[in-house]
Amino acid sequence: MEAPTWKNPVIGWIDRRLPIFTMMQHDLVDYPTPKNLNYWWNFGSLAGIILVIMIATGVVLAMHYTPHVDYAFESVERIMRDVNYGWLLRYLHMNGASMFFIVVYIHMFRGLYYGSYKAPREVLWILGVFILLAMMATAFMGYVLPWGQMSFWGATVITNLFSAIPLVGEYIVTWLWGGFSVDNATLNRFFSLHYLMPFVIFALVFLHLVALHTSKSNNPLGIDVKGPQDTIPFTPYYTIKDMFGLGVFMIVYLGFVFFSPNFYGEPDNYIKANPMVTPAHIVPEWYFLPYYAILRAITFDIWFVPAKLLGVTAMFGSIIVLLFLPWLDRSPVRSARFRPIYKQFFWVFLANCFVLGYVGSKPAEGVWIPIGQAATAYYFAHFLIILPLLSFLERPKPLPASISAAVTPAGVGIPARSAAE
Amino acid sequence: MKKLFAAAALAAALWSHPAGAAGEAPTPPAVDWSFNGLFGTFDRAQLQRGYQVYAEVCHSCHALKFMAFRNLQQIGFTPEQIAQLAGQFEVQDGPNDEGDMFMRPAKAADHMPSPFANEKAARFANNGAYPPDQSLIVEARKGGSDYIHALMIGYRDPPPEGVQLGDGMYFNEYFPGHQIAMAPPLSDGRVDYTDGTEATLDQQAKDVTAFLTWVAEPNLEQRKRMGVTVMLFLIVLTGMLYALKRHIWSDVKH
Repeated sequence: MEAPTWKNPVIGWIDRRLPIFTMMQHDLVDYPTPKNLNYWWNFGSLAGIILVIMIATGVVLAMHYTPHVDYAFESVERIMRDVNYGWLLRYLHMNGASMFFIVVYIHMFRGLYYGSYKAPREVLWILGVFILLAMMATAFMGYVLPWGQMSFWGATVITNLFSAIPLVGEYIVTWLWGGFSVDNATLNRFFSLHYLMPFVIFALVFLHLVALHTSKSNNPLGIDVKGPQDTIPFTPYYTIKDMFGLGVFMIVYLGFVFFSPNFYGEPDNYIKANPMVTPAHIVPEWYFLPYYAILRAITFDIWFVPAKLLGVTAMFGSIIVLLFLPWLDRSPVRSARFRPIYKQFFWVFLANCFVLGYVGSKPAEGVWIPIGQAATAYYFAHFLIILPLLSFLERPKPLPASISAAVTPAGVGIPARSAAE
Repeated sequence: MKKLFAAAALAAALWSHPAGAAGEAPTPPAVDWSFNGLFGTFDRAQLQRGYQVYAEVCHSCHALKFMAFRNLQQIGFTPEQIAQLAGQFEVQDGPNDEGDMFMRPAKAADHMPSPFANEKAARFANNGAYPPDQSLIVEARKGGSDYIHALMIGYRDPPPEGVQLGDGMYFNEYFPGHQIAMAPPLSDGRVDYTDGTEATLDQQAKDVTAFLTWVAEPNLEQRKRMGVTVMLFLIVLTGMLYALKRHIWSDVKH
């Protein structure tokens, strides 16, 4: 890549020594982007913006928060009442977490639908899975900080999962807690790690972008860029499209913040943590419900392996399996538009994830147990059986010759419009 | 197959109601609160009446630790009124020059003192039950304001046929499990409203619930007002961004 010449002598002087302006020119302005990206491609940049919002609000909240079991709940109420616009900061942060997961889940399902995880983007996808794992850790620890009933009992349930590890499980849990129950030491370390993790996520996002700009963006047709006629520069085309998407997103996000700020929350978390009183029904935040359903689906021992260990393995396995996705789905065609059978299984899989989420919100009893088990089995079957088989059994539709051929009305040789829909 | 289905349905019916005989609490009736909706605001006179109900009735058992007397200015009390209202409560201060703790009348800067010295004292005075702090009660209960209002008016004496109440328990239609340790706190004419409003049970229940909603979220009005401005701004901005997007993309064939 040849360096652009800078008119401003100061910028030129700096750029010759530290080429940040050249990098920005290459990655934010010139970056050749397929010209047929649809609005599902907005969610990547949205996720990045939410990360920045979360860090900005979080840094200020941390200035007023006290990580101590006797004061944490009170300090959060102090933020809500006595800190200038503290209520706004906290509601932005609380709802921002939910929005972050909504946006990232959409971003991931977009990747699943259009085959964005396939060669040459495997590392890009794997980095994304690591970002999801880091987000989950951050969100879990953040939820503990207000020290409400769900904070405390959620932390107790989730940290106890590690006791399922054979032989050393109990020691690991004691080590995680820094004591013999979730207590002040636990709250302190969770606060410290909750402050650290977003910067880990930030680093992973940076690598995710380096990988993206190396292998370039996928597109709704899932075919490779054939030449400059297929792409447009990122700026101004996608900067303005992302700005418009951001506007729509902010209307939704701030709609919750200002008009229904506790929509995603549990009333029980407005009760201060009490180790002596267990809530009737411990539920995690909504974005963990599908995993919670998978965790509780295994109600039986297999041979000598206890159900609890199996459940924990299944729960972590449900994310780990994503790391192997690029090699489980061996179909050479990326986009579901040209994969008639995969397309249907995609929607079944999505529906199944909603079923898991719903089951996760219900008590583990009655019909919810077999439904949760069936949905869990299907979740894994999708990745381990259906995708590998489809790779060989499915006959994909013919691919268009190129992006510009498919999306330009006067495209050559193919029913252009229909291919672009 | 049919039998299997019937068994499954029966199992589902049994398991989905863990409370069994206790029965599920009915949905609280929806009240048309002045603070509902996008443009909702608090009714200052109602909040002041609600404060009176809290101070004269609820406060004998329930703390309100997150409310400072100075906050009452928000609901329309003057600084003089607040000094007078605060002065009716005693708070502990000290140590003084001799090293002793002492009691003094509360000031505007003080928080509402708790009616009991500690949880043990509260339980001892209340038949073993602990009256929870009410600062966040509206946010800490499913159903929010509607539920708190319903609870106030939901007592049934005598209880419905066949309900065996525990010792010192009361029947409340809206309380989960129906048995509540709190005696019916309100009744017609329980307080004498200074503004001349007739103190019916329902009126007092609504007033104190509105007051507790304000205590739970004192910034509700500011939040909604700011929200409307922000929404209008964002809608105009997003519309303009869309127009700009269309304009910039007009030279791309796609």
